[in-house]
Amino acid sequence: MAGPGGDMQWCFSQVKGAIDDDVAEEIVSANCKSAEMLRHHTPFWASGTPTSTKAPHCNLVAHCVSAPVGNKGPSECAWTSDIISTVEFNHTGELLATGDKGGRVVIFQQEVENKNLPQFRSEYNVYSTFQSHEPEFDYLKSLEIEEKINKIRWLPQKNAAQFLLSTNDKTIKLWKISERDKRPEGYNLKEEDGRYRDRNSITALRVPVLIPMDLMVEASPRRVFANAHTYHINSVSVNSDYETYLSADDLRINLWNLEITDRSFNIVDIKPANMEELTEVITAAEFHPHQCNTFVYSSSKGTIRLCDMRISALCDKHSKLFEEPENPSNRSFFSEIISSISDVKFSHNGRYVMTRDYLSVKIWDLNMENRPVETYQVHEYLRSKLCSLYENDCIFDKFECCWNGNDSVVMTGSYNNFFRMFDRGQRRDATLEASRENSKPLQVLKPRKVCTGGKRKKDEISVDSLDFNKKILHTAWHPQDNIIAVATINNLYIFQDKVN
Amino acid sequence: MEVSAEAKRIMVVALGKLYSSRTQRGGLRLHRSLLLTLVMKSARDIYHAAQTTTAEGMEEDCEDQQPSEVEMTTETSGTPELQGPASLPLMATDAYVQRRTQNQENTCLSGPPHHTRKRRGKATAEPDFLPCKKAKLEYGTAQQLIVTSVLVDYANCSSELGPSPNPIPLQTVIAAC
Repeated sequence: MAGPGGDMQWCFSQVKGAIDDDVAEEIVSANCKSAEMLRHHTPFWASGTPTSTKAPHCNLVAHCVSAPVGNKGPSECAWTSDIISTVEFNHTGELLATGDKGGRVVIFQQEVENKNLPQFRSEYNVYSTFQSHEPEFDYLKSLEIEEKINKIRWLPQKNAAQFLLSTNDKTIKLWKISERDKRPEGYNLKEEDGRYRDRNSITALRVPVLIPMDLMVEASPRRVFANAHTYHINSVSVNSDYETYLSADDLRINLWNLEITDRSFNIVDIKPANMEELTEVITAAEFHPHQCNTFVYSSSKGTIRLCDMRISALCDKHSKLFEEPENPSNRSFFSEIISSISDVKFSHNGRYVMTRDYLSVKIWDLNMENRPVETYQVHEYLRSKLCSLYENDCIFDKFECCWNGNDSVVMTGSYNNFFRMFDRGQRRDATLEASRENSKPLQVLKPRKVCTGGKRKKDEISVDSLDFNKKILHTAWHPQDNIIAVATINNLYIFQDKVN
Repeated sequence: MEVSAEAKRIMVVALGKLYSSRTQRGGLRLHRSLLLTLVMKSARDIYHAAQTTTAEGMEEDCEDQQPSEVEMTTETSGTPELQGPASLPLMATDAYVQRRTQNQENTCLSGPPHHTRKRRGKATAEPDFLPCKKAKLEYGTAQQLIVTSVLVDYANCSSELGPSPNPIPLQTVIAAC
């Protein structure tokens, strides 16, 4: 939020990813079956040396993004595998995990030395890279299962190692990320390179010692939770009991124990007996941050249901239903599409739930079901463009939203690489841009403005000039500090608040 | 009529998207397919309402029209924008696939946009947006909706689809999940 009187301003810190010019521009038809497999391709945007033992690979299937609305720009292509699909800070904010369309997870770590230097505290470097999911094939249904990482959720740290859950459309995996900075030396029977020593040369016994080595970060899959979802998984949420977690697909929500992989309990099932009667699907789900019996799930109809697992084993009957009646003057062909909720997030204090639909962010008080307590318009100027956005598929984009650490500010993404922040207390909002032009170190971000009609002022951008290929779907806010991670299609921007 | 043309275009685009989503990696996305079907249903209802308006204008005969239709007529003729009237009886609980099998839709969608106001006897005699008995989706008896002409239409507008696709039963496309 820019402005006088000590309002927060945001500075550029880092960007991870290839400069757009470096991105390959070969246009390959989306239906081309002769795509090559490029092995050992490190994601462009994981700058620094990846330290994982297995080199990730990706599909070299560049796909065409349709021309943006109102723009005569050329079609742009990107390595689809480098498209960032999820961003998540861990509970301390020291680690930042990203997942991409190629099934890879890249973890960045906050630079320890800079933690006490306020203006450099948001420097994050690559900590670990690993291939979490591979493309699979369901032979029974003749369907390919995408390796794209839909969600990453960190577990709270219990010992030296870090744990996270990563999921694609069908399978959830628990990964352990551990550091190794010592190695044993001085074995009796083996040489350093592993060869067996000549028995006759062993004349004395020695105790192997641990000697320091270069830090190596290893990621190993500890659990694989598979075969529990018929439909595509959209959410994963760790419970506050740190023993269970839920996974949600379009029609069902399952409850898992983190230790047990061969069993899960179905707690929500909205599949109708006759699929032709289907009217809504589950779009997101999350556990309450403190109450381990409570969770919410959102639907494509714009409703949120709060369920209490103590009431019954199957939580088909909600305890609360949050729904706002539709404004009849806004009714259009696309009302159903734009009212579909794409993300739902509890506030840190557990009192509110935030939802994101296509045009707005709504904040609901858990104690009031009939309407949200706050509604913020993200890009209302798009309401008159819905038909074009429907034709170029942008209307189906699923934007996420996030809270800051003390629940006073919420953030969400938009088009043209804009992202929006809404200060709840001060009733102020800001539009900022993640772009290479504003990426000098510590450069303060200038607020942007979209001209909705009439005369366009200087520095304003008109709706027709917006680039709808540049969208920010995933954002994350450091749990304790004013550091944000904003993902454009294939770049990750890190910003921090301005230090005076 | 602008609303009618817009509604038809939306339906065509929805069908094209539903069809192309079959070849998408990762399989049919249920959420997306559902939203497309809902849009198509809205557009279809408004399209038929607009057609009825046109027919009524010609015929000046509202005797066997139900009150809800008249309400729709006055509202659709008044709004140039893409806003369906709030009172439009969208069947939320109805099968979202069933009416694809009806022939009236076929006659309305196929062919070039008609400039004539010729009344389609079938459409007005039996408007299909009113509640009617559920059509059972038995593969033996259900009519196949020939979507070729519709998709060719769409293919001409966008280069996404290649050669004309073969006709496919629409219920297979949508209810495959």
